[in-house]
Amino acid sequence: MHQYTLTSADGQVESYTDHKRFWWMLSLVNPLIPLLGVGGHLISANELWLVVPLLLMFVLGPLFDWLFGEDENNPPEVLVPQLEEDRYYRILTYLTVPLHYITFLCVAVWVGTQSLSWWGFLTLTVAVGFADGFAINTGHELGHKRTKIETWLAKIVLAVPAYGHFWIEHNRGHHRDVATPQDPASSRMGESIYKFARREIPGAFHRAWMIEHERLCRKGVPVWSLHNEVLQSYLITIVLQVGLIAAFGWIMLPFLLLHNFFSWWVLTSANYIEHYGLLRATQADGKFERCQPHHSWNANHKYSNLLLFHLQRHSDHHANPTRRYQSLRHFEDLPSLPSGYYGMYIIAYFPSLWFKMLDPRLLALPHINGDLSKINIDPEAKQHIYAKYG
Amino acid sequence: MLSMVSPMGRFRCPGCGYVYDEAQGDDHEGYPPGFAFTQLPADFVCPDCSVRYKEDFLQDDPA
Ligand SMILES: [Zn+2]
Repeated sequence: MHQYTLTSADGQVESYTDHKRFWWMLSLVNPLIPLLGVGGHLISANELWLVVPLLLMFVLGPLFDWLFGEDENNPPEVLVPQLEEDRYYRILTYLTVPLHYITFLCVAVWVGTQSLSWWGFLTLTVAVGFADGFAINTGHELGHKRTKIETWLAKIVLAVPAYGHFWIEHNRGHHRDVATPQDPASSRMGESIYKFARREIPGAFHRAWMIEHERLCRKGVPVWSLHNEVLQSYLITIVLQVGLIAAFGWIMLPFLLLHNFFSWWVLTSANYIEHYGLLRATQADGKFERCQPHHSWNANHKYSNLLLFHLQRHSDHHANPTRRYQSLRHFEDLPSLPSGYYGMYIIAYFPSLWFKMLDPRLLALPHINGDLSKINIDPEAKQHIYAKYG
Repeated sequence: MLSMVSPMGRFRCPGCGYVYDEAQGDDHEGYPPGFAFTQLPADFVCPDCSVRYKEDFLQDDPA
């Protein structure tokens, strides 16, 4: 196994082996999961295979997280530059980009050429929607990097879920405003995921457009032009999706609408759980304090972290947004989730269960310690929350 | 030809290392060469990491 070593000036040797190195290849399996359903259906002619991808994600996902447990290993800080330079990790993120295209197109061809039952159509479409929601995760990892190839790959992969504005919205909007009431991508205590989605989806689009609009105005170039980095990605989406409608006809309309919606829904789900209720304090100068590690929820579960490029080590990501996934660290005493994202998504879809599990956890955080004024609360839920916990 | 010593400064994000070089400006962000750091909007945030504000930036030692 590859070992990183560094000998310091005083002769001390520091070394590190990434025990997850090989396992990071799981991130290449993730985009391909819907193809298992298509392949099974093709070979056995049994449509029940189309249900398998969703089961893999939402039954096996939480089960594997529970089974394989958590991982609290961190690379030594002095070896992080070597780890970041190791191209192996970068290549994995590059490779997931074509894999998302392959899966999306194969499933589209399958839906376009087979006469599936309504439930076969629905389960396969939702599954590929979820899989391409994780294309947003790939776009997230790539979009934070400063090399041209990585930012372009981010725009290309974000075209699959039709979410080209994500890159700008997330980097320039969400990271700036995270854990404040003005962030449409940070959920509030007492806000259900269904209410949050109606604020988050339009809010994200609006913020991305405003940020890009401002930048293009400063540059003095037209907003409706190829300089617009939101439109660049949308253009690829249009070619892709109009092409599919032209090739396979009307059936592509419900397919694409559902696919796009469920991809967006994956991001909504992630945003919902990542900062629930957390609030940055207001400083004397009226600005919010800088984002601290305790302004994000974390999960250290091995399996889901391998599929998601360490996205769940979210505190370190927000404190150091340009750090590469392989170097993100676990810290003690941070807001932590009882399960990985797959399990947490399911809990979030049942709001009363979510509130029951997360509200006490939120109130018990050391920096909050039951003080409701230190929580980002949904104004409409305020009265009810103060009555219950105040 | 004599090269002029640039009076322009370089301002570094303490979080991620992004540098705003006044001599070059930042073309992508729409700030032309020579655009002074002090002229940047008050709500300027680091273009690379977005988690450090204008007042967090440190001027590089000209030497
Ligand atoms: Zn920065």
